Amino acid sequence: MRRRLVLWTPLFLFALFVVVVAYGLYAPPDRTVPSALIGQPAPVFDLPPAVQGRPGVASISGDGQPRLVNIFASWCLPCRIEAPQLEELRRRGVPIDGIAVRDRPEDLAAFLATYGDPFRAIGADTDRRVQLALGSAGVPESFIIDGRGVIRHQHIGVINPADVPAIVAAYEAAR
Amino acid sequence: MIAEAGLAALWLAAALSLLQLFLGAAGVKPGNEALLRVARPVAVAQGALASIAFLALIWLFLRTDLSVELVAANSHSAKPWLYKFAGAWGNHEGSMLLWVTVLAVAGAAVALFERRLPERTLTATLAAQAAIGLGFYAFLLFASNPFTRLFPVPIDGNGLNPLLQDPGLAFHPPTLYFGYVGISVAFSFAVGALITRDVGPAFARAMRPWVTGAWIFLTLGITAGSYWAYYELGWGGWWFWDPVENASLMPWLAATALLHSVTVLATRDGLRAWTIMLAVVAFSMSMIGTFLVRSGILTSVHAFAVDPQRGTFILVLLLFYIGGALALFGLRVGTVKEGSQFEFFSREGSLVANNLLLSAILGIVFFYTIYPLGVEAATGEKLSIGPPYFNGFAGPIALVLVTMMGMGPLLKWRRDQFRNLVNRYAIPIVVSALALLLLMLFAPTIGVLPMFGLIIAPGVAAASLAPLWGRNLGRTPLFTWGMVTAHFGIAVSLAGMASESAFTKETLVALAPGQSAQVGPYSVRLDGVDPVAGPNWTALEARLVARRGDGVAVTLRPQSRMFSTPPTPTSEAAIRTVLDGQLYLALGEEVDGNRWQVRMWWKPFVTLIWLGGGLVALGGLLSLVGRWRRQRRARHQEALA
Repeated sequence: MRRRLVLWTPLFLFALFVVVVAYGLYAPPDRTVPSALIGQPAPVFDLPPAVQGRPGVASISGDGQPRLVNIFASWCLPCRIEAPQLEELRRRGVPIDGIAVRDRPEDLAAFLATYGDPFRAIGADTDRRVQLALGSAGVPESFIIDGRGVIRHQHIGVINPADVPAIVAAYEAAR
Repeated sequence: MIAEAGLAALWLAAALSLLQLFLGAAGVKPGNEALLRVARPVAVAQGALASIAFLALIWLFLRTDLSVELVAANSHSAKPWLYKFAGAWGNHEGSMLLWVTVLAVAGAAVALFERRLPERTLTATLAAQAAIGLGFYAFLLFASNPFTRLFPVPIDGNGLNPLLQDPGLAFHPPTLYFGYVGISVAFSFAVGALITRDVGPAFARAMRPWVTGAWIFLTLGITAGSYWAYYELGWGGWWFWDPVENASLMPWLAATALLHSVTVLATRDGLRAWTIMLAVVAFSMSMIGTFLVRSGILTSVHAFAVDPQRGTFILVLLLFYIGGALALFGLRVGTVKEGSQFEFFSREGSLVANNLLLSAILGIVFFYTIYPLGVEAATGEKLSIGPPYFNGFAGPIALVLVTMMGMGPLLKWRRDQFRNLVNRYAIPIVVSALALLLLMLFAPTIGVLPMFGLIIAPGVAAASLAPLWGRNLGRTPLFTWGMVTAHFGIAVSLAGMASESAFTKETLVALAPGQSAQVGPYSVRLDGVDPVAGPNWTALEARLVARRGDGVAVTLRPQSRMFSTPPTPTSEAAIRTVLDGQLYLALGEEVDGNRWQVRMWWKPFVTLIWLGGGLVALGGLLSLVGRWRRQRRARHQEALA
């Protein structure tokens, strides 16, 4: 009997695969999930600098002002798409602190050189600990954290050009 | 007129494949043997008709017949002829037609040349092949007709994506399709054998050349694709774990496992159910790969036609074929008699271990390729899984696998003694120990994975040559040479990968004309940047003079190109290949008006990666030819006796 069941497991796994990709095909492309983290203080962290000559990132900003914390990585393809929007946010006066996940300094330097460098500070999250503590499973993801270290806004996935006004508004509201 | 003729040929071929399916299904029943004789000519005719349809499409592209929508959308009259030719399959519809043509021709070849299998199993195989073909014919005719006319006729076409205007394109997709189709033939054999419950050495010997052939093409396709991405994308990397790369790697992993298990089945009559399972998995992976690439549900650098309707169509095909095959497997394989047994410590045992490790890597790659999609379905989060995940899990397993690969061929069939081994492995172990010593002395700071890679590679290279020691080389069978070459190739490739990741030097500099910078052993001076023009592009070309120590200076000319139709920027890297590595230069943006960004890499022994890939494919070819010659000789002797 056990052998019989084993013979059917491939079919079962395949059915699971079909369900997942069928969802991927038909799901509306962009959904936002209200996060339980909003209004909560961010977990305490203090990441070392990821590139030379620039500070690392801690859970409470040194200047007591709000900022956008962007979780990214040089190996993350969507992050390349996101880069121009980050630059636009910086131009509109939103300070951006980056958290580089599982990255190597030389890859990171190349990424910043190629896709632009809007970051005021970049922390190195080599073992993903901070990323997971922030409740983020994926890259990219962004948070507005206010001067007292409270998460005010969360954006999952790529910041598209259409998302920029909402993020600027969330930043203004956090001041 | 040509377009209409092509379309008619395509419809006729589809009709014949329907006939072939029914003939096969009816002929399997006892008492219907007369039908079996008709199935072969039908398969041959179907192959001929599909070829005519494909030739018609190539003709339309060569003439740039803009009244055909596909040509107008993907070609341009000012394009070099090679890219007009290759443009026929550089798009969704054309590549599907190429696929179905190769499939039909392969079916015809099975019908013409396969004489070892019992007639019933062969007919069931042809029916399975027709069923696969039918799905793709329907896909072409109803959802992606390559021969649709366009009115009014445009003045000129849209042009081909410039990234694809490269000799690599002419060969890369057909190579992969040959591989996928070869696997589909192996799959059809497996289905045929399941239907007639005839799983044994004869079946394995009939299937083996198709598996080997498919595997050679997949190996070449992956190697060429990797080199193409390396020099065309200008990112300096040779593997990105991009979903499309994974889509070609997964069938290769399954085919590699299948290639080894089918050998056990052919020579020792073991691993019956497992071999069938692997044939189904290999085919599933090539279909799933096609699906992932064509449906556009995963973010990738290969932006293919993103179209949910097509995705749905392929998904339905997947459901029928893979679902059907797995259901058949669940129903039937329990009734297939168990093959012969063996001890774990034997050649078979090591092949089983090889299969399990390959399956584990396949599982990891599959899991992480699908994972972003699964997470999105479950929680709505979008995320990206990058190289650190793949390397961290698959890398160590691959190293164990390569080590096992060095050990396996030195074991005896059925059972072996542990104490016999120390002698056989003495030289490889000494070689690896030497490598370890050298690394400790000269490069103690490199990463763990590359370190292990550099220790294992030379030992495995020595071990893979070991089956030749003490043999009369002239009398060694060609397929043994094939195995030795392929295994040696893997070691060579591993050495290249490890060396590239351990010793690569990279710098990004902004140079004004006359300034120089150092990368690895080279000093590179920017002489100037000039505009140049090609047939359908303009470019800025840097003149960079590279000199190694006091050696001769060479000029490299990387370009940043702008194609005119459609307007797209690309980076054309300049690569200098020397015996111990490559100097790779890419031109970036202008900064501050007079300085230019230049990215420079020195990659020691990086070429070994693709050289190894080529050796692996060559090994496959030797083995294929060797088996074929032996079989012909055996038949000749039979005729004499």
